[in-house]
Amino acid sequence: MDIDLLQDIIIPIVKILFIAHLLIIGVMAMIWSERRVSGWMQDRLGPNRVGPQGLLQPIADGIKFLFKEDLIPNHVDKPLYVLAPAMLLVPAMIAIAVVPFGSTITIAGIDIPLQIADINIGILYILAITSLGVYGVVIGAWASNNKYSLLGGLRSSAQMISYELTLGLAIIGVLMLSESLSLRKISEGQGANPWEWNFIIHFPAFLAFTTAMFAETNRLPFDLAEAEQELVAGYHTEYSSMKFAMFFMAEYMNMIVGSAVVVTLFLGGWHFFGLEAIGGPFWSGVISFAIFFVKTGIFLFVFIWVRWTLPRFRYDQLMNFGWKFLLPVALSSIVVTGTLYITTNGNRLWIGIGNVVAAFIIAAIVAGMLAMDNNGKSAVQNTPAAAPLRGLDAVE
Amino acid sequence: MFLGLEYYLVLSALLFTIGVIGVLIRRNAIIIFMCIELMLNAANLAFVAISRDLGQVEGQLFVFFVMAVAAAEVAIGLAIIVSVFKHRETINVDEVNSLKG
Amino acid sequence: MNAEMILFFIFGAVSLIGAIAVISFRHPIYSALSLIVTFFAQAGLFVLLGAHFVAAVQVIVYAGAIMVLFLFVIMLLNLGTLSEKGALTGKLKGVATVLGILLAIQGIYIAVNALNNTEVGSVEAQEKAAALAENPIETYDIGKLLFSEYLLPFEVTSLILLAALIGVIVLVKRENQTEN
Repeated sequence: MDIDLLQDIIIPIVKILFIAHLLIIGVMAMIWSERRVSGWMQDRLGPNRVGPQGLLQPIADGIKFLFKEDLIPNHVDKPLYVLAPAMLLVPAMIAIAVVPFGSTITIAGIDIPLQIADINIGILYILAITSLGVYGVVIGAWASNNKYSLLGGLRSSAQMISYELTLGLAIIGVLMLSESLSLRKISEGQGANPWEWNFIIHFPAFLAFTTAMFAETNRLPFDLAEAEQELVAGYHTEYSSMKFAMFFMAEYMNMIVGSAVVVTLFLGGWHFFGLEAIGGPFWSGVISFAIFFVKTGIFLFVFIWVRWTLPRFRYDQLMNFGWKFLLPVALSSIVVTGTLYITTNGNRLWIGIGNVVAAFIIAAIVAGMLAMDNNGKSAVQNTPAAAPLRGLDAVE
Repeated sequence: MFLGLEYYLVLSALLFTIGVIGVLIRRNAIIIFMCIELMLNAANLAFVAISRDLGQVEGQLFVFFVMAVAAAEVAIGLAIIVSVFKHRETINVDEVNSLKG
Repeated sequence: MNAEMILFFIFGAVSLIGAIAVISFRHPIYSALSLIVTFFAQAGLFVLLGAHFVAAVQVIVYAGAIMVLFLFVIMLLNLGTLSEKGALTGKLKGVATVLGILLAIQGIYIAVNALNNTEVGSVEAQEKAAALAENPIETYDIGKLLFSEYLLPFEVTSLILLAALIGVIVLVKRENQTEN
């Protein structure tokens, strides 16, 4: 086995360093934009004192975290308490390894695919790694030896297991049409124009996947694990200083990776009206990366937007929504895509229409059943158990 | 070319044995359950190793089936453990020795 | 010492240490975490064996779902270090360990020797293995076989999962009603 020093070692290392730093800078940018965009949405300024437009605020935050006393309470389970933030941060970081963030770039005659590793089970790798994030939450919650933390951890683990199913099932339709598990092939399989992208063909699956992604990242409206009005701060109540910052960073990294995956699977990856094909072999690579970057950024904006638009679910609403709406919709997308793929010889238009129709039918059936269920016991309408429909109001 | 099959099989046998010893010496139902998972995994390892040695896909398929069955088994088993704990406040298998709840 | 051997020994050692830790920690949470480490090392071994799909499924199913359930139950019941009352006394523990070691010796003997008389290691199998090295088993092959030749077992598996689903609901539901 002869190893080409440049091809096999130096280029991957450069790519890894580039992406890892981009992630960390992305986290800082997200902290800044989250606060500024939140301020804009609430008609206030947000942080604007440190640096121009408050751009250096994340650095000030970081310095504050670093210099705070690193407190380890007496009652905690020490080894696990220290380990938990890392168990959350590491999966968040390594999941990006299989995401293609651009087409191929040619530098000095060498073709470099803009992706750290193109493994042939890419999407399974993403699912496997994101499913590990729950350990950091659960272990941190348990090790804190605090009932609020424990409740947050329990809520979070139940929520993540529930929504992971939707996450996995919603992509099956996409995989069927792209005939590959490799994220690069899925990305390439989508055409240059927006109407050829997967989110049109698999619209219900796209919505289900995005919603489940919100739930997996513990963001509003799914942040029951850290609902401050109920649980102080949930699973990271006992954490301070840099350990708390690691929980914080992991959440933002999960958002960035999640957005990148959504862009790859559903929003055409680095394609945009053929813009990625202009220029030479070098510039087309740069442009494709820029397109991917902008798309991910726009999706991250949606994360913040949703945060200030939707109120938090109640716990029974969360479970009802996940199991009774998202899961059937994701399942319907598998059945419809498979059936129409055979009957219409893979006509994308019919598959797209069929998916939407099926999702509407499923949603109508479930809503009707829940409504009937509610009518039957209208006397107890105000008890938590009889409130799935009010959960729906929050979704719409 | 490939590492010999016997390496993997020996490792599999060792893992299986550790699982058996765990079932024998521990009394906490959850840990006994984990040891059973360990034994299933040891079997999976043997399956995959032999599958590569024979150049057949079937070994990997059986791992798939074993995992599905293990998932079902864990769900049921943990539900039983939870109900037992609710009734008796213990999951020590030696204290749960009468069939009548 | 080629790369596969080094990686095999690393993953093998990690999985063995993890397995021993599972049965020696007193607290179930630590046992569960050790088991996760073992599962990961096993996923590494699967990758080493060229079974990428199985490795991914191993992490998704075992580490991502089954062990989370374990942790969930441990946390839900708030199980501390339980009494090992009725556990084997020192002498019997020794007997159990000796029996275990005997079992290990038998397993190792079978693994090393008894394979000689089987198809494993025959010329034909070696040719197959050589062909496999050229085109490793892909997810495609697994899927194709799963949905053609092994369709019935596959469907039966789904029935088992359904039965487990209903079984769990029944087990927990009855519990609630008796309490009320």
